[in-house]
Amino acid sequence: MSAAAHDVSTDAVQETLRPVIEVQNLRKVYGGVPALDGVDLQVRPGEVVAVLGPSGSGKSTLVRCIDQLEEIDGGAVFLDGELLGYEQTPGGLRPLSERGRRDQRRLMSMVFQQFNLFPHWTVLRNVMEAPVQVHGLSRDQARQKAVQLLERVGLAEKVLAYPRHLSGGQQQRVAIARAVAVDPRVLLFDEPTSALDPELIGEVLQTIKDLAAGNRTMIVVTHELEFAREVADRCVFMADGRLIEDRPPEEFFTDPRSERLQAFLPRSHGGSGQERS
Amino acid sequence: MSLMTQQSSEQIDVSQARGRVSWSRILGTVVLSLITLGVLWFVITNERFEWPVVWEYLFNPSVLLGLMMSLFLTVTAMTLGTMLGVVLAAGQLSDYWPYRWACIIFVGFFRGVPPLVQLIFWYNLAYLLPRISVTLPGDREVVGWSTNDLITPLTAAVIGLSLHQSAYMAEIIRAGLLSVDRGQHDAASAMGFSRWNTFSRIVLPQAMRVIIPPSGSQIIALLKGTSLVSVIAMGDLLHAVQVIYNRTYDVVPMLLVAVIWYLVVVTLLTLVQRRIEEHFGRGDAQSRVRAVSGKESTT
Ligand SMILES: Nc1ncnc2c1ncn2[C@@H]1O[C@H](COP(=O)(O)OP(=O)(O)OP(=O)(O)O)[C@@H](O)[C@H]1O
Ligand SMILES: [Mg+2]
Repeated sequence: MSAAAHDVSTDAVQETLRPVIEVQNLRKVYGGVPALDGVDLQVRPGEVVAVLGPSGSGKSTLVRCIDQLEEIDGGAVFLDGELLGYEQTPGGLRPLSERGRRDQRRLMSMVFQQFNLFPHWTVLRNVMEAPVQVHGLSRDQARQKAVQLLERVGLAEKVLAYPRHLSGGQQQRVAIARAVAVDPRVLLFDEPTSALDPELIGEVLQTIKDLAAGNRTMIVVTHELEFAREVADRCVFMADGRLIEDRPPEEFFTDPRSERLQAFLPRSHGGSGQERS
Repeated sequence: MSLMTQQSSEQIDVSQARGRVSWSRILGTVVLSLITLGVLWFVITNERFEWPVVWEYLFNPSVLLGLMMSLFLTVTAMTLGTMLGVVLAAGQLSDYWPYRWACIIFVGFFRGVPPLVQLIFWYNLAYLLPRISVTLPGDREVVGWSTNDLITPLTAAVIGLSLHQSAYMAEIIRAGLLSVDRGQHDAASAMGFSRWNTFSRIVLPQAMRVIIPPSGSQIIALLKGTSLVSVIAMGDLLHAVQVIYNRTYDVVPMLLVAVIWYLVVVTLLTLVQRRIEEHFGRGDAQSRVRAVSGKESTT
């Protein structure tokens, strides 16, 4: 466990600094092969954590396990100190009911690489349906809020369009609005720009930056090093299902400790610090 | 050759182009026209079709009654069969193996047994099971009925056709559910939708595009399949015309009466199906955009 993380956990009396997400020794196995091999991670309120690493290192698996889209095989994940997916019963630790898991899931939101908008619903309905169905807002309240959010991501004129009429970048901005609409405790991003044409990446990254500035807790899996460096409070590096570096972005990029990370970062990122921007 | 090619310097507007002449298409059109004329000629001039008799019986009350019965059985069996089919499809995709296997075996069985055999079986259920009852330990009957009172030709027909239909619908619906992208499930559960909401609001509406075309064929097959119930003395459309021609010996015109009604209903069903397909195609790329070219192309 890194020194920074240690400081905070000993200081746990301060309720406000309790981690929003705490991952302890998380393990996930696919067909005998570990995809996550004992991952520890803490994310404090308002913190933006960028997850970097080569393909197949377990980044997607990590965020999917946090969001309970995958069953975990070992370790534990806590949200605001509450164990996710399991409960202590007199008969020992048992999986939580479907309903219990749902109640925990609604506190988190996820933005996917492939957007995963609901194609049979308009943009507006995509954004307002979860607040109505899951969080009990009235349709009017939800609509108002959705329109506001869509304005904020620059899609005010598209509220009544169907997703397929939008560009990839616009679809992803809708997906971000949809994720934010439920006021999640933590926002998870799994390579939000990897499926986009290069000229559309910028607008989506800008949307995420704006969110990050608004004091939201976020875990962002990304291949955009520039973006990670600029937006993240901490960068973590994964390789072979392990989290092998967890540092503030400046150190992460200028002084990588592990050889794996040194090999992963392109030359331009080491040393000098002169960057395109 | 090069002399005939237009030079690029001249003003060209392809909207002025005329359609291309396709000899193969013209030949095809001629052959089709000849066949159509031949068939019409045969149907109109052949005395044995006895068209006056057809007109006389087309709106005969007992024929219309038979038609109503066929429609009633179709609607009832389709409704019950689809409801059961949804459950069976979901069960077959369940990750809990006892549910999965129960549904797989159920579907396998009822898809394999011919509907005619089922109808006769249900009609004769009393032979195997004289009384249907709920009995507590110690032989205290809570409720019970004599099977013969419960199983009329109508109930036997409804049970048999519904079960047959449910097995086919289960397979159609299962294929539809599997056609929906995995990411849709992920997005729905990540947002905290309940299983039921995910299924009914997200997955099923998208599966509909795949489910509806084969379901349309299935309803049509069912409508025609209702003619089987005449074996257990149900008065469906076919049964009604049979009763009449057994008396009058006008076999051909009476069968034509039935054919006309089947075709009318099937045509209406097909129109409805197209409308429904359009409805569920919204938001989908392939359904609307049809390249309509004004010009003939050769191939
Ligand atoms: N559903 C699955 N079934 C089997 N193996 C899987 C599954 N999902 C992931 N894996 C395996 O787990 C490992 C980690 O995969 P993961 O998708 O988390 O990597 P990633 O870091 O997100 O990679 P990428 O950058 O390519 O998205 C890989 O070896 C992958 O093959
Ligand atoms: Mg991934």
